[in-house]
Amino acid sequence: MIIDYFKIPVKEIRRRKLRSWLTLIGIFIGIAAIISLITLGQGLENAIEQQFSALGKDKLFILPKGGFFGMGSSEQLTSDDLEIIQKTSGVKLATGMGYAFARYEFNDLVHYGFISGISTDPEERALVGEAQTWKVGEGRNVRKGDKFKIVLGYEHSQNNIFEKRVELGDKMLIQDREFNVIGFLEKIGSPPDDQAGFIPLEAYEEVFNAKDELGFIIAQTHAGDDPLVVAEDMEKELRDDHRLDEGDEDFEIQTPEQFAEAFGVVLDMVQIVLIGIASIALLVGGIGIMNTMYTAVLQRTREIGIMKAIGARNEHILYLFLVESGLYGFFGGLIGIVLGIGFAKLVELAFVIAVGPAFLSIKIDWMLVIGTLIFSFLIGVLSGVAPARRASKLNPVDSLRYE
Amino acid sequence: MTKKTQPVIELKKVWKTYYMGKVSLDVLKGINLVINKGEFVVIVGPSGSGKSTMMNQVGVLDVPTSGTIYLNDIDISTLSESDLAQLRGKTIGFVFQQFNLIPTLTALENVTLPTIFQNVSEKERLEKAEALLRMVDLGERMNHKPNELSGGQQQRVAIARALVNDPEIILADEPTGNLDSKSGQQVMDFLSKLHSQKHKTIILVTHDLELVRYAQKVVFLKDGEIVRIKHGHGKK
Repeated sequence: MIIDYFKIPVKEIRRRKLRSWLTLIGIFIGIAAIISLITLGQGLENAIEQQFSALGKDKLFILPKGGFFGMGSSEQLTSDDLEIIQKTSGVKLATGMGYAFARYEFNDLVHYGFISGISTDPEERALVGEAQTWKVGEGRNVRKGDKFKIVLGYEHSQNNIFEKRVELGDKMLIQDREFNVIGFLEKIGSPPDDQAGFIPLEAYEEVFNAKDELGFIIAQTHAGDDPLVVAEDMEKELRDDHRLDEGDEDFEIQTPEQFAEAFGVVLDMVQIVLIGIASIALLVGGIGIMNTMYTAVLQRTREIGIMKAIGARNEHILYLFLVESGLYGFFGGLIGIVLGIGFAKLVELAFVIAVGPAFLSIKIDWMLVIGTLIFSFLIGVLSGVAPARRASKLNPVDSLRYE
Repeated sequence: MTKKTQPVIELKKVWKTYYMGKVSLDVLKGINLVINKGEFVVIVGPSGSGKSTMMNQVGVLDVPTSGTIYLNDIDISTLSESDLAQLRGKTIGFVFQQFNLIPTLTALENVTLPTIFQNVSEKERLEKAEALLRMVDLGERMNHKPNELSGGQQQRVAIARALVNDPEIILADEPTGNLDSKSGQQVMDFLSKLHSQKHKTIILVTHDLELVRYAQKVVFLKDGEIVRIKHGHGKK
């Protein structure tokens, strides 16, 4: 029996192809937007979590307040701070880094990018590499005794930032000082990082006239210690040293987990706003279905009269129209899901090309797919309630006379 | 005519009044009519006589402004709109001048449509519909849509549809009005056969006095009143 209430509406939907497609567009744009946003959001969240867990949970990042890795803040950390951090109980190792925006000159061309001053101590250097998730791919890293030597990001060895590949052993001017290129990093994935450079902290202090100014400090805790407890102790020590009250700190201590959470919160907020906007598209789509159904009731007034004359109860007419509008929602949802996932996959592909594989991986969430199909069917049904009620209440005699 | 008569449709003092703003128009003025089981009744009258309104009342498509209509002894005013529709679908088969087939459905689907509303099983309804389409010589056209059929063929589909719930009554409203004389003759032959062989009650509403010859009872309608009831022989 129920199948009959699907057969007739399907024929009606197919009868007026153009109108049906126009109606479907309203729904599938909204659904596609929502699906791609949710899918991409989940993918990004996973990716961020993975990136941060790759850092290791035993790392603490100490930054001047208000800045991001030393940028945009007048405050800087000092070697005294580094000493305090190193002495905090539970800290295995800590290293300070300088971080600045620098002028790179090579082949008579100028490029601006980030530069980091890092320790040449092997252990500290290893900690930086681990915390920054980079590895030297070609040449070698900076080591004790190096001064005006530079390790460059991946893109320098690939792209023509300076219209010419940089080779190992080439000379490059940083802030007008000559540096020897000794190595290239493996690809990290974000263009600013891949275009950056790393120089010994000593050279950094000299070039940027930043003696005793650290952009940030990385600390590694002992395996047995809770990084959050260590962070608390560290915060107290630094506060006391800076003679500040709780809440007035001029520095910040962050753990990878906090980073991940902070990113997660921002991502969620962005997603909520975008999905809110997409929902408006869906609402408009629903109104489109309602409009189509009102038109359909008018156009089929005579057929409604015929059906009533040959024995259709009001409910039968109601079901036929509700199923029809529900099907608009359902098919709109189906197309929207395909397009939405397709779009997310395209973005994934773009990431693979730009950044490399395994950064953003899009997974199809079948619960989301099924939920969306049910949801879009219900939107269709809901949009069809008013027109279907009107159809079901038509008087057979007047409807039969309708031309 | 010694057989005991049994009324299937009975109209008692039926008035139908239409209101257009402040003007009211009495289209039917106190109609009293009994239609007995197995009768071939022709309701005839010129245009404007209230024929269409009469057919809507006899076919219980509409309720009267005043008066009572009984369908198989049930006062239709006691039924809900939906219950009346279902009873109508089971008891009366309609054949209209305009054929009134659903354009998106095939001949077979059109014929099965009334059974869907009576909750007949899929198997049973297909068997019935196919048998009926073969009976009206459309066995080869079952999967054609109405616009792929001639007027005469469409009207035969409509006859098959009218019969699918095996109703006691066939109500035909100008069934030959849109047909050429040959197709019209064919349709009348079917109706006549349904009366004589299947003992259906046939009610024919027309302005065509030619068709009066089929009737056992002719009801002459004029200005919303029955002016004469004539008993005929029901022959061709």
